[in-house]
Amino acid sequence: MIPEIGHYALILALSLAIIQAIIPLAGSYTNTHSWMALSRPLVWGQLLFLTLSTIVLANAFLANDFSVIYVAQHGNTKLPDLYKISAVWGAHEGSLLLWAFLLAAWSAAIALFSRNLPLPVVARVLSVMGMISIGFLLFLLLTSNPFDRTFPVPFEGRELNPMLQDPGLAIHPPLLYMGYVGFSVAFAFSIAALLGGKLDASWARWSRPWTTVAWVFLTVGIALGSWWAYYELGWGGWWFWDPVENASLMPWLVGTALMHSLAVTEKRGAFKSWTVLLALFAFSLSLLGTFLVRSGVLTSVHSFASDPERGVFILIFLLVAIGGSLMLYAWRAPYISGGGRFDLISRETFLLGNNLLLSVLAGLILLGTLAPLIYDAMEWGKISVGFPWFNKMFVLLTPFLALLIGVGSISRWKHTDAAFLVKQLRVAFVVSLAFGLLTLLPLFSDGNLMVGLGMGLAMWVVTSHLVNVKERLKHKAGFNGFLRDLSGGGRSYYGMILAHMGVAMFIVGVTMVSNYGIEQDIRMSPGDTANIAGYDFKFEGVSEFPGPNYNAHRGRFLISKDGEQIAILLPEKRTYFVQTRPMTEAGIDWGLTRDLYVSLGESLGGGDWSMRLYYKPYIRWIWIASIFMGLGGLLAITDRRYRTARKRASSTSTLTAGSSTPAAAESHS
Amino acid sequence: MNPIRKKRLYLIGMMVAGIGVAAWLALNAFDENLMFFFSPSEIAEGKAPTGHPFRVGGLVSNNSVNRRSDGLTTAFDVTDNAETVTVEYTGILPDLFREGQGIVALGQLNESGIFVASEVLAKHDENYMPPEVADSLKTAHDEGVSEMQQVSVQ
Repeated sequence: MIPEIGHYALILALSLAIIQAIIPLAGSYTNTHSWMALSRPLVWGQLLFLTLSTIVLANAFLANDFSVIYVAQHGNTKLPDLYKISAVWGAHEGSLLLWAFLLAAWSAAIALFSRNLPLPVVARVLSVMGMISIGFLLFLLLTSNPFDRTFPVPFEGRELNPMLQDPGLAIHPPLLYMGYVGFSVAFAFSIAALLGGKLDASWARWSRPWTTVAWVFLTVGIALGSWWAYYELGWGGWWFWDPVENASLMPWLVGTALMHSLAVTEKRGAFKSWTVLLALFAFSLSLLGTFLVRSGVLTSVHSFASDPERGVFILIFLLVAIGGSLMLYAWRAPYISGGGRFDLISRETFLLGNNLLLSVLAGLILLGTLAPLIYDAMEWGKISVGFPWFNKMFVLLTPFLALLIGVGSISRWKHTDAAFLVKQLRVAFVVSLAFGLLTLLPLFSDGNLMVGLGMGLAMWVVTSHLVNVKERLKHKAGFNGFLRDLSGGGRSYYGMILAHMGVAMFIVGVTMVSNYGIEQDIRMSPGDTANIAGYDFKFEGVSEFPGPNYNAHRGRFLISKDGEQIAILLPEKRTYFVQTRPMTEAGIDWGLTRDLYVSLGESLGGGDWSMRLYYKPYIRWIWIASIFMGLGGLLAITDRRYRTARKRASSTSTLTAGSSTPAAAESHS
Repeated sequence: MNPIRKKRLYLIGMMVAGIGVAAWLALNAFDENLMFFFSPSEIAEGKAPTGHPFRVGGLVSNNSVNRRSDGLTTAFDVTDNAETVTVEYTGILPDLFREGQGIVALGQLNESGIFVASEVLAKHDENYMPPEVADSLKTAHDEGVSEMQQVSVQ
């Protein structure tokens, strides 16, 4: 009986979503206050019912209710409680429920934090959120109901995929989805603005913190997924250019472009049409990503339980969502007024360059990801796009991004003197060039140009921002001035600095691990020692070791350097009882400057095993970088400007399209 | 031309040139990095290139897996139930690699017709069949059926 309550709650949520999509929107045109005011209670109702639905499904897992097909497929009495709960989003139906739930949560957040927004705007934004919700709830109810029953009831569940029985799974998908779904807010704001014809600086100011929060979630979510794949898949890789990964990277790239473009729109009133377009694309790519992965049309190593039969619904949904919003854009965009003018050398130009590069990168990934589908449809053959192509494209374009970061963040809006830029940046440039060249010396890389390029660029990002901070603090009376700046309107500035330091760390991590990482497949007998990068891996043999719902072969390695023992690694090969499949659990000794990584291959008889040993220098920097970026984003949204701006916005909301005064927020950065 | 137009023209010119160069480089490199997929039947027909990497997929034939003496090199047959190709791989095979399982291998054919793989992929989901493999099995099956029908008509 209880699962049916979850099912009814979904239907009720859908009914509310339909009302939410129509009534407040209609009210905003007829100026009917009561209709518009309905939007908030409707959102609360949706959140209530979807929360209920999610709790019911989680309860079904905890109570081992195998009469529910989804639970029978992914639950098990022996599964630890943590994984019973995370199994809720461990496969298709449940992860869509999570999507819908998070969408309701974001809508509720808008309802909560929009007290200072004009009611017609709130009504339109929430109506658009309602429309998206309709799509997902219909998809759930028509093709992927997580509450479907089965009879006869199985005695035991088939258990969650062992790959997913990991604390990483408990948090990675929710974070990633928070990011995906979060871009729906920027999307809804843009659609609402297009519908209302009011695209001004205050629109950009409202959208900015929402976009940043979504971006923070997506950044951390992607990094967490990368980290999880690294230790869980046992291949020691952190990025595979797999369709599922690409599906999350595309919205991230476009979302990053959107954040920067929103800055221009807010401060200078320029790039309006472009910003709207990016907002539409960021969310469209999130949708495309979710569905590409879920529909199973693309082969991926990370996608679990997909079903091509849902393809038709997905296609229609995508056509309506993406096609509809682009048509609205084509219809309304010509009426968007142009923004403030700017010179060739100005922050606007450099941010435009950043936007172009990020969009081109996203476009290339889209090409590489969809090419197998296109080739297949055209009957040109079955292809896959090689890993090296994606790498080549990134190495080709990202150095320009890194160069622009330094120049763009120090230049002024509207007009910057070339002489000023040269004066500010010449020291940073010389230091970075020298540092890059230094790393080419035999002592470090022995003429590896990639290392020189990467380290030089990382140094450039760091030094150019140091100059930037020094310039800002020049007139702010020392450390106290800095503290005052940080407690006042300077937070978005320091957030930017922090996030850009993350970029520098990322460059260091990628450069080091790509050029100095060592991987070795080797056969070892107990007592053997292998030496990699100065570390001795002594294999002491493999013994059996029982786990709660699996049996493991556990290897034991003593790691030492220069005769001094530094770690014991215990990699495992597990066989799970229910799904009777082997799983590699890597043994990792992590450190800031290097990871040592061992994964067991197979038993070769006589106590010998095949195994894979890795030396991964600076790989942690890649993930730590994402923490810096995330913290930077969080710091930026606490900027006083957004709070005071909100108060101001409510009084200036009567501005008509294009009549905004971009100079208003000028003084801050 | 007024100076604002001129500036805008420069800007647009630079953007178009930049994107053009990027697109040209991307598409050029794209062709080189395409990996085509061939089924064992297509390889038997001589459709697959020699000396250029591609992917092959199918089921691992029963009792075909044997390990060379170094313990790291494995040879096995991959079949689409019509034709077979021998694959050789040095390194650690994925967890789900086993006889009867659908796999995809990346590598190239050597002179003696053995496919030397640089990578072997098996899916994490045990019920999963790579779409290419499913397709090639189906094609081989359909051809088999139609051949049998032709035989029975004669």
